[in-house]
Amino acid sequence: MSTTLVPSGAPVAASPLPLRADLQLVADMIEPGSRVLDVGCGDGALLHYLVRSKQVDGRGIELSQEGVNASVSLGLAVIQGDAGTDLKDYPAHSFDYVILSQTLQTIFDVRGVLDDLLRIGRHAIVSFPNFGYWRMRAMLAITGHAPRSEKLPYDWYDSPNIRVCTIIDFLELADTMGITIERAVMARHGRFKVADRPGWLSNLIAQEAVFLLRRD
Amino acid sequence: MSISSGSTSSAAGSLPVLPAVPDLPGHMIELGRTAPLALACGQAIGPFPVAYQTYGTLNAARSNAILVCHALTGDQYAADDSHPVTGKPGWWQAVIGAGLPLDVERYFIICINVLGGCMGTAGPKDINPVTGGPYGLGFPVITIGDMVAAQKLVIDDLGIDRLFCVIGGSMGAMQVLEWASRYPDRIRCAIPIAGAARHSAQNIAFHEVGRQAIMADPNWCDGDYHAHNVKPERGLAVARMAAHITYLSDSAMHRKFGRELQDRTAVTFGFDADFQVESYLRHQGSTFVDRFDANSYLYITRAMDYFDLAADHGGVLANAFIGSPVRFCLISFTSDWLFPTAESRRIVHALNAVAAPVSFVEIQTDAGHDAFLLDEREFFRILSGFLSGAAELYGLNGR
Repeated sequence: MSTTLVPSGAPVAASPLPLRADLQLVADMIEPGSRVLDVGCGDGALLHYLVRSKQVDGRGIELSQEGVNASVSLGLAVIQGDAGTDLKDYPAHSFDYVILSQTLQTIFDVRGVLDDLLRIGRHAIVSFPNFGYWRMRAMLAITGHAPRSEKLPYDWYDSPNIRVCTIIDFLELADTMGITIERAVMARHGRFKVADRPGWLSNLIAQEAVFLLRRD
Repeated sequence: MSISSGSTSSAAGSLPVLPAVPDLPGHMIELGRTAPLALACGQAIGPFPVAYQTYGTLNAARSNAILVCHALTGDQYAADDSHPVTGKPGWWQAVIGAGLPLDVERYFIICINVLGGCMGTAGPKDINPVTGGPYGLGFPVITIGDMVAAQKLVIDDLGIDRLFCVIGGSMGAMQVLEWASRYPDRIRCAIPIAGAARHSAQNIAFHEVGRQAIMADPNWCDGDYHAHNVKPERGLAVARMAAHITYLSDSAMHRKFGRELQDRTAVTFGFDADFQVESYLRHQGSTFVDRFDANSYLYITRAMDYFDLAADHGGVLANAFIGSPVRFCLISFTSDWLFPTAESRRIVHALNAVAAPVSFVEIQTDAGHDAFLLDEREFFRILSGFLSGAAELYGLNGR
């Protein structure tokens, strides 16, 4: 027998690690036992948690090689792909939830992807950084530089975030597209609050927002 | 186990096949005696021999079996220390073994010589009891589907209801896809590696070059070389040389050989093997003919050429997998230009269209198509992770 030393793969953790706070928030919106597609699933942390703790039938799409490899090594059904091109193949209503976590701001065809999310899933969960957050506004107003933050540390020339959108921008688009906001949660300094009627105040004080969406 | 040379009776219209070499190491069973195997070409064979090898132990629930499907020139001795003909280690020793991704302490590994092959399973070098000589070109043309149908009979014979996994690279991947499409309720997971749901025009073209090389060898004798006590060794060696180029990437070949000269300091202004790469290919060719039958090469390359899973399902690949409960893990390699990533992605898209559970990774490597045979860490990590995840899901106990 060959004596080559080969790593036999990361064992699937018996219980998942505590989730990052924003992912926990997304997880809390999902009914146990449902079918979930996580678009831009990263290293599979959220999906792994959902499969483990909520017994969902979970699938993922991830662009980065490292993310896909890490996810598949966890035993997750994840494919290497792109939200802009790979969502087209999925049949309508094949999932209960389609998650787009912190990815919206990187997408070229935002409307097309939102259409796909709500075609494939009964619900979509979309989270994104809020460029309307007061510190971002202040940075632009006072320093005159394109805003940067802890969450958005990129320079304007190398940022993957090609869509600069605020909470009220998103609400407007959702309205135009006939999308119903089922639930809105605002985040600031790692703390979350359900916003019954997100508006100008949320837009000023929230660093990021998570929306549960539906289209009837 | 060997098959007695007296078993010549067969059902009406079915071609009986006797093994040319009945005493190879491993297992050999006779199939298709009561019910012949109907082939895609319209003919039927039976009784016929199938040779296979196993590693590890089948558990009491018979739930830990993994079928390994070999590629064009592979055989069932995937993880033997010493191949019965070449004496070399098995072709997938890097993957099958204790503590390796296909862990023999956890799984029961089965590898079956394909139909049309030359290592014990019925193929053109085997005997037609009616004439008493080898079939040669009288052997029916077989397909990937026929290979898989024969494999399924072996799995039936072993009393295994459901294979935990079917895995294979290249032509092995074609068999995996065929298994998933034909017998979705007989397998839990499918791992097609460096594969495609169809043979491309370029793939067919390369195979045709190989076949023409064999048939242009005067020793081929219209396929009847056994009767003339010769072998089309030169033709088969050229076929192997041409094919071998397609298994490597340009950069891997350059890294390995560059323009280095073979045992000389200057070119000889002749047609000897001046360059190391020439010497390497000649060696590949000449060692291949010792272990492989030229007619088998014709038959198996043909089976690959004919493979087109979408065409078998109304031209829509997704139709091959409708309602499939099988968990898929597709793996491709960046530098593989013979079965490029786009082919795997096409399968992934079809599987997504029917919402089948599928994982897909493209492994970064410069090793080309042959990467699936090599010691690729990332590849092994994916295999282990996917299998462990599935094993846990289906309640397969760890070791």
